Amino acid sequence: MKSARLLAVALAAATASSSHAQSNAPAAPYAYAQLPDPRQEAEAKALMETLRCLVCQGQSIADSDADMAGDMRSLVRERIAAGERPEAIRAWLVERYGSWVSYKPPVEPVTWPLWAAPAVLLALGLWLARGRFRRKAR
Amino acid sequence: MRKVLLFLPLALFAAVVLAFAFRLYAPGDAIIRSRMVGKPMPDFALKPIVPNHPGLAAADLRRGAPRLVNVFGSWCIPCRVEAPQLEALKARGLPIDAIAIRDTSADVAGFLRDHGDPFQRIGDDPTSRVQIAIGSSGVPETFVVDGKGIIRHQHIGEIRPEDVDGIVAAWEAAR
Repeated sequence: MKSARLLAVALAAATASSSHAQSNAPAAPYAYAQLPDPRQEAEAKALMETLRCLVCQGQSIADSDADMAGDMRSLVRERIAAGERPEAIRAWLVERYGSWVSYKPPVEPVTWPLWAAPAVLLALGLWLARGRFRRKAR
Repeated sequence: MRKVLLFLPLALFAAVVLAFAFRLYAPGDAIIRSRMVGKPMPDFALKPIVPNHPGLAAADLRRGAPRLVNVFGSWCIPCRVEAPQLEALKARGLPIDAIAIRDTSADVAGFLRDHGDPFQRIGDDPTSRVQIAIGSSGVPETFVVDGKGIIRHQHIGEIRPEDVDGIVAAWEAAR
């Protein structure tokens, strides 16, 4: 009985704080609406899937339901509709938030190991396979 | 030698498990600083959101004297926590403008009534356009902008009592 009341209080507190943490303002025009031109929408979607949400940081802005992710989707769609190239929009955001905001790693000294790893591992595999085949042939 | 090689895959696997466990236990620093610090405020002109405060434009932030720009939302709980600190900054002579993110006129008026009103100008940013343009990733954040409109400092999160001196120092350094 006591625990049930505690639970009710906890639930009320949780729902009260979460309803306060959401804005009452309407969502940005293109946060949840697609662009009328399917080709542009596909372009915007592809870009949104590779931009990182700043609030819920494990998700892309295409996946996130955070208000700020909605605003970023609207920004991307409006700029694509205005004729801007996706990579220009990405660069504009990186200029503000660093490459952190992009899921597409740039080629720079700190990411060289990342880009080199597949080639290095493939070379290692070939070298190992070569040893195996030689032994068999003998 | 061969025995050592035999255990190499297991050792590598253990290293990978350890690396994952470490990151799960202590996730990376999630604070994203704006890259706009040291750069000019991007151009913008925001409409007023409440009748008794004018809106905020980038031109208002290059009038010769440094100012604070507080990015806030009436719906944001940490913004209420920092209200006394903003009052303290105002009392120490710092002019403070604000950008209201995704907000409504009635909500902002209620917020100012309940938590105090240290602001001179308040711009209405209904879709976070200016917030994104200045590299701010949440609310509340406070920027120090010098008299030429260059962003000099960014404070992320609510201003706590122990942060006040640091913000005054950043504002004085911007003069």
